[in-house]
This record gives sequence, structure tokens and C-alpha cells, in this order.
Amino acid sequence: MNELSETQPAFTRSVRSKRTVLPEKWFAAMLIGPALLFILVIVAWPLIETVRLSFMQAGLGGEKFVGFDNYEDLIESKKFHRTVIRTFYWMFLSVGMKLVLGLIGAMLLNAAIPGRALFRVLIMPPWVIPIAVGCVGWLWLYNGQFGALSGAGQYLGIIDGPHEFLAYKKSAFYSAVVTDVWVGTPMVTLFLLAAMQGVSRDLYEAAWVDGAGRWYRFRRITIPQIMPVLVTMALYSAIFTFNSFDIIWILTQGGPRGASTTLIIDTYKVAIGNYKFGEGAARVVVIVILLGTFAAIYMFLLNKLLRRFGSK
Amino acid sequence: MMDRYSKLQVVGLYAAIAVFMLFMLLPFVEMFLASLRPLEHLFRSPYQFWSEDFSFDAYSKMWETVPLLGRYIFNSIFIATAVTFLTMVFVVPASYAYARLDFPFKSASLAGFLAVNMFAGAVLLIPLYRVLRSMGLLNTYWAMIVPGVAFLIPTGIWLLRSYLEKIPRELEEAAFVDGASRMYTLRRVVLPLATPGLIVVGVTVFISAYSQQFIFAITFNQTRELQPLPAGLYEFIGYQSVTWNEMMAAALVGVLPVMIIFLFLQKYLVAGLTAGAVKE
Repeated sequence: MNELSETQPAFTRSVRSKRTVLPEKWFAAMLIGPALLFILVIVAWPLIETVRLSFMQAGLGGEKFVGFDNYEDLIESKKFHRTVIRTFYWMFLSVGMKLVLGLIGAMLLNAAIPGRALFRVLIMPPWVIPIAVGCVGWLWLYNGQFGALSGAGQYLGIIDGPHEFLAYKKSAFYSAVVTDVWVGTPMVTLFLLAAMQGVSRDLYEAAWVDGAGRWYRFRRITIPQIMPVLVTMALYSAIFTFNSFDIIWILTQGGPRGASTTLIIDTYKVAIGNYKFGEGAARVVVIVILLGTFAAIYMFLLNKLLRRFGSK
Repeated sequence: MMDRYSKLQVVGLYAAIAVFMLFMLLPFVEMFLASLRPLEHLFRSPYQFWSEDFSFDAYSKMWETVPLLGRYIFNSIFIATAVTFLTMVFVVPASYAYARLDFPFKSASLAGFLAVNMFAGAVLLIPLYRVLRSMGLLNTYWAMIVPGVAFLIPTGIWLLRSYLEKIPRELEEAAFVDGASRMYTLRRVVLPLATPGLIVVGVTVFISAYSQQFIFAITFNQTRELQPLPAGLYEFIGYQSVTWNEMMAAALVGVLPVMIIFLFLQKYLVAGLTAGAVKE
């Protein structure tokens, strides 16, 4: 970079001594202003509006102030409690699987073997195509009569007759998890792979010279080096999974009998499906509080851990 | 050498990759097989992996069953492209400011942007519906573009900022000393250097915009002609019967254009991610 600045005098323009330079903060305001304004109108204003609506009994007919009634209903509702717990279970399970699979996938695709460039391309389709389109394929896979999963299960003798994956409470929930993992894994893999490739080879070579095995190098070099990306991905993926809508909506619409209803699905059904805007808004506020608390705790624990283990 | 694997390890690696790939590609194989089966044989039980009557009929018939299919495929790409373009217009200047400049409320406003990531579109549907209605944007392309842009701006800023931070400051300072204005420096010095980063962020934004149109489409748009592919696909679920084989064929053909474009761009994506966006 220094070479470039040294060649600078060759095309010297005299520095205009009296030129007016835009102050830094005004320039910054000019650059950020449009994005900020856009977010304020499309995200912040609707959010404030949601908070207001949550104190209303609102529908297509009109609005009536009801105070904390909507919240009290939620606090008292056992069904809602179960939905909250189910949503967190959904999130931890799915994100955990995405991270584990993503880490394994990145490791495999980072190995120096022929064909890895092809494999890298082949894992991306689930991420690239519209989620709703991928779900069409899964809808068919999970079908009991003519889906391949049920078919293969019968061939192998794991199940006796056709198994309708989306018709039973347990299997519907876990089927949705599998599809969610399928959608989310490629991106995690790709980012972790990129992080792994950013790790300096010198580190590995030094360890190798000292006789460190592959597993040891992975544990003591790769993992600590990609940690920053891993923890960021985990949070990003957690928020995304918490708010996952398309997959559950297309596969089960939250059913059967609420077995795969997460907070987002519940909110959508109440607010958009039944036009109970006020009750829906209260749910949104609860979602924001829960997610915000989760993110704050996550960051707090993370900072504590990082300080404890002395890495930056 | 360090990278050498024993024969057994190589076999193990390929076996593990094969399992991983199987999981990633299984739905596509299933969609393809289903698209080849004539409708009356789709519902045959017990399950058959292979049948003799495979045909490509669905691929020609689907255009008749859902005449607007071509339009839906176009709409999807058009909406995602518009979202990407608009998002970049907002993101590029803002991320430069966060990467380089010093100003009041810098970290607070950045935190504000990133907090937007917490709300998926699904959370704010009710008031968004009202905002879009009051702007008269319901049932237009804008109804699907505007929310998409809003929720991708934070991601864009987050990714591009860390990329721009890696560009050496000296170059900008040199241009500045030479009398270039701030805007000129940004346009003529920083942006050309940031091209790989812009491609990475652009492709990432496009993919997110392309893959997440469903909820905005089914909630904010009732105009059939404007529907993107994910929503349009469900037209194969008719009143009388569901032409599943054609639906599968349409799904595969529908994503083909983007897959082909992506095939050409993916190497920049992997390279760019490695080079920049991954810092922290």
C-alpha cells in the first residue's frame, strides 16, 4: 500500500488550501440518513404501533382500550405457556443441529480431497431456493402413502405400514425441525468454511511439526480460531429459527392440534387468520421481549466466557 | 505431508460427504422423481422408487394448468432483484459511515440497526399491513419489495461494514490530500476496491430476498399477476385435484434460472466471504 502513496507525487494536484470540507458528522448523517429513515418508517413505526395495539381490543370493526387485558390473558393461558416452551425447544434443537451439522460439513468440505469444489456447490441449493419451494419437496417426502421416507422405511422394515409423518403430534414437530435444519445448514456450513479457510496455515504447520494430530489441531487451532464466527452465527441463526414461519406454515400450519405451533405461527393465526389485532400485537410484544432477553443473556454469558478463557 | 490422508481416511471422508449430500439433495431427487410419474401412478401404494412409465409430460402440461407460471417465475426474480438493488443503495453509504467515520450516536444507532434483525417480517405483519395500506402499496410489487428491503438493510450493513474496515485507510487519505471531496473518495476510491465485498453482500441479500418472499406475498398481495413463484406454486392445488407431478416440475423449473446464475457467482461468494466479511 505504501508503494501507491509513494507514486502519488507523480500526479500531484495542488492541495486547494481554501476548499471547504464537509464536516465528518454531517457527511455521516447524509450517508446514514436514508437507511435510518427507511427503517424508522417500515420497522420502528410499526413496532410502536404494535405496542399501542397490544393495549387495545382491535379487529376489523374498530379499537377499544382494554389496558393489560390482552397480556393477562396470555399470562393465564396454559396453552400459551406451552407454546413459549415449545418455541424455545424448537430453537435450541434446530440451531444446535444446524451448528453441529454445519461444523461437520465445513470440516468435510475443507478437507484437501478431490471434488471438494463440486461438493461446495452441491450443498447450496437448500439455501438458495425459496424456502416455500423446498418445502414442497419435503411435503412429498413426508407423505405416508407415496413419500420416499415412508417407502424406504417400509422396505427396510422399520415401519409396518405407511407412516404419515405430518399427521402425528410428535413426528410432525420433528419433521418440521428436520426441514428447518435442512434450510439452515448450508449457510452455517458456508460461513464456517470461509472462517476455516481464513485460519493461517502457519499455525497448523507449526503444530504439525510438533507432532500434533489432526484431531488435536482441530480442537486447539480450528475451533478457537473460528470461535468468533461460530458464536455470531449461533445468535443469528437462533433469531432466524425463532422467527421461522414458512416451513411450519406450509408443512403443518402449526398442527396437528397445535403440536408444531411456535410463537410466530400462533401470532399469525390470531392476528391475520382471526383478525384479532390486539391479541396478536400483545403476542408480538412478548416475542420481542423474549428474544431481546435471550440475546442479552447470550451476549452477557459470551463476554463472561471469553474473559474467563482469556481470548479477546 | 500434513494434508495427506490414509486410504481408510479418504474412504471415510467420502462416505461422510455422501451422507451429508444425501440429506441436502434428497428433496430435490424426490421432487424430480415425483415430477416424472404420471398423475394416476403417483398415488400408487406400496411405494415404488422406480417405475417404467416415467415421462416428462408434466414439464409441458404445467404451463397449461397454471398459465401464469412463467410470470410467477419472473416475478420472483424481479422482486428479489429490486430488493437487492434498493437494499444496496441504502447499505453502501451507511456501512461506509460505520466503517470509517466518527460521529455522535454511532454505536447506539448501529445497535439499533442490528436490533432490527430480531424481528422477522412475520412479527410486524399487522402494523406493516396498515402502513402499506395507508401508502396505497397493497397488492402492488412494492408491497413485497418494501418490507424485504427493510429487513435486509441491517444484515447488509453488518456484512459490508466489516468488509470495508479491511480496506487500507491510506488510499483514502491519499485521495483526500489530493483534494478529492469525501463523496468523490467514496465513489472513486473505496467502491472500486470494495467490489468483491459488494458482490458477496449483493448475492447474500439477493438470496435472502429470493428465498423469503412467501409471507409478504401471501399477506400483502392478492393480485394474481404479481404473485412470486412460492405463492404461485400453490395454484396447482386446484379445487378438483392436485396435479402434484406438475407442481414438482414447476418448482424445479422455477428455481432453475437463479440456480444457473448462482452457479456462476458462487465462487466469488466463497472467495469473498473468506477475504472479508468473516472477521468477527
